[in-house]
Amino acid sequence: MSSRSATRNNALWFWLFTGPFVLGLLIFSYLPILWSLVLSFFEAQNTVTPSKFVGLRNYADMLTDANFVSSLGTFTVFALFIVPLTFVLSLALALLVNQVEIARAFFRSVFFLPTACSYVVASLIWKLSIFNGVRFGLANTVLGWFGADQIAWLSTVDPPWFWLPIVTVRLWLQLGFYLILFIAGLQRISPTLYEAAYVDGAKPGWQTFRFITWPQLRATSVAVLLLNLIAAYQAFDEFYNLLGNVNFARPPLVYLYGISLGSIQDLGRGSAGAMILAVVIIVLTLLQNKIFGFGKAND
Amino acid sequence: MPARIPPAGLSRRDLLQRTGGLAALAAFTAACGSNTGRPPTGGADGGSKAALSQWFHQYGEPGTREAALKYAKAYQDATVGVQWTPGDYGSKLSAGLLSSKGPDVFESQLNIAMVKSGQVVALDELIADVKDDFTEGDLATNTVDGKVYGIRMIVDPQVVYYRKSLLDKAGIKPPETVDDLISAAKALTTDKMKGIFVGNDGGVALGGPALWSSGGAYLTADNKAGFGNDRAAQAFGKLHELYASKSVLLGAPTDWTDPSAIVQGLAAMQWIGMWALPAMQKALGDDLGVIPFPKLDAQGTAAVYSGGWTQFVSAKSQNVDAAKKFVKWLWVDQSEFQEDWCLNYGFHIPPRKSLAAKAAKLQTGAAAETVKLTQEFGRTDNPAWTPKMGTAFGDMLTNIIRKGADPGGEIGKAEKIVTTELSRLFG
Repeated sequence: MSSRSATRNNALWFWLFTGPFVLGLLIFSYLPILWSLVLSFFEAQNTVTPSKFVGLRNYADMLTDANFVSSLGTFTVFALFIVPLTFVLSLALALLVNQVEIARAFFRSVFFLPTACSYVVASLIWKLSIFNGVRFGLANTVLGWFGADQIAWLSTVDPPWFWLPIVTVRLWLQLGFYLILFIAGLQRISPTLYEAAYVDGAKPGWQTFRFITWPQLRATSVAVLLLNLIAAYQAFDEFYNLLGNVNFARPPLVYLYGISLGSIQDLGRGSAGAMILAVVIIVLTLLQNKIFGFGKAND
Repeated sequence: MPARIPPAGLSRRDLLQRTGGLAALAAFTAACGSNTGRPPTGGADGGSKAALSQWFHQYGEPGTREAALKYAKAYQDATVGVQWTPGDYGSKLSAGLLSSKGPDVFESQLNIAMVKSGQVVALDELIADVKDDFTEGDLATNTVDGKVYGIRMIVDPQVVYYRKSLLDKAGIKPPETVDDLISAAKALTTDKMKGIFVGNDGGVALGGPALWSSGGAYLTADNKAGFGNDRAAQAFGKLHELYASKSVLLGAPTDWTDPSAIVQGLAAMQWIGMWALPAMQKALGDDLGVIPFPKLDAQGTAAVYSGGWTQFVSAKSQNVDAAKKFVKWLWVDQSEFQEDWCLNYGFHIPPRKSLAAKAAKLQTGAAAETVKLTQEFGRTDNPAWTPKMGTAFGDMLTNIIRKGADPGGEIGKAEKIVTTELSRLFG
């Protein structure tokens, strides 16, 4: 076969496999984003067709909308809980699982398994079985053993107990994924580094973690932080299914969903909000990249 | 015969075969993902009939879906597909109404934004002959600028049902004022049972009734915000007082629309619609009393939210005339179906006065009392009240009830949003 026809065959195979996905990406992602950008400059109430050009009015409305600003606050609180907790716990678990001599694959699978569970299903289990507010809920049954009062976990705003189910359900669902990333990172570290350290008198445990493992995991750590933060921005399912569309814990996506696709159907303002959110995510990601130096990870 | 050696690459024929397979798969999956409830062809009887899609939310009462299918099947002039939607029906309907792939006929509640954006068609000619048989409230809730846009299917009064025996045991009478209600809830609260269940959100559903009980309204007759006054603030403040009394059930596995809380003995009283009466009667027998939302004080008045569902025809339907004809057939002409729909699963008041008057199942006990309270105190939705206003109102109530915010300040914020929306709609 000539090299020219081999190249043509390769190109055919490439498009055969990637074509449908590229097409899907164009139709279901890029086109809606573009349309959303257009709508954000128009009045579009109860319609996806732009009806009246309003310039930047939708943007001004959203930036002065107390509920939208407060939704960004909700995200910030959520990120402050979920990002460090996921990072520390998945790293700790990865270190433990990586050290296990017997049935390592089993433990890895056990922790990874929840990742396959749907957010909606997990949220409903959390809401109906574990954190319901009546005496037969699992959490309240445990409290009852110690003589404590029942707590309406998802209904109590002061103190804000609802954060416990919100954070734990996501931790349960996503910990396994980051654990696998960290295990992959740990397995990339050359054993000779540890051997050399032991020869030089380093003690196993904190010293080797501090001076070998941690620096070698830099690239993985930055990736985990970045993915975690973006995933926190995308929080929707657990908030919507556990709390509904409540103003005291409404992340940006729930608020924008309510405006655009819920009963309000203000596609113009909703699109402007989505564009603002996209810009915030891009800026924060670039900022994080600058601070942690993603590109310098292997220096 | 020598063995056939497969080529290393793809022949044109192979490529066509394989991409053809992929295309067929894509077409199949696309067909699976576009279920609108509309039959795939013109109909089972040969394709000459119009194919209509009728959308419902998921009713909790067993048998309702089968009933809807039965009515659709009985209609001869078009093939009607029924789409039954569990979960967030409102959002799905909103999205569906944006495209021609949405429903032809659907149930919902009217708001002026649906009319202004041309999502629904006027149905005056459908009920012209029987207009007098509908109550004033049921007509008003579906009328914008003098045109009727929907045919009421069921009337769902929402009230407080209570366990008579528990009130008797505690030595208290059915509450007549909001303060009585709060005291009763406290008195009925024990280690195992809370006094009242008004929803896991602490009672946002009571916002309208509380407002009416103070003499206020969502909107005034000349379309201005009707809740910016001290009495409304007092009424909303009472809802917080009830929430903070520790006698309200919170975090129940199902919400206030489901009778499980009162049936399972988690609460002695529950705010719920008449739809759940058969299930409550089955579990509690005659040990069931009913009161309206009590008056705020001596100057106030009791209130019953007379909710329900209405059938509409989508303006984006490809078969508007056929859809109208079906709606008239089902909800105007077929009175036995309306009776069946309203009375044989849950309990609802038939919107046709003539049917409601002869409904035997509504003549006794708590059902009869609920009907009487609805006639006396019933309030229907104002179609000028849009979802955006509703969201602002709900946020205000959440802040007052659950966060203990100052009612005056919160009313001011909601009033501002409502006024802006009113200016957009009415100039």
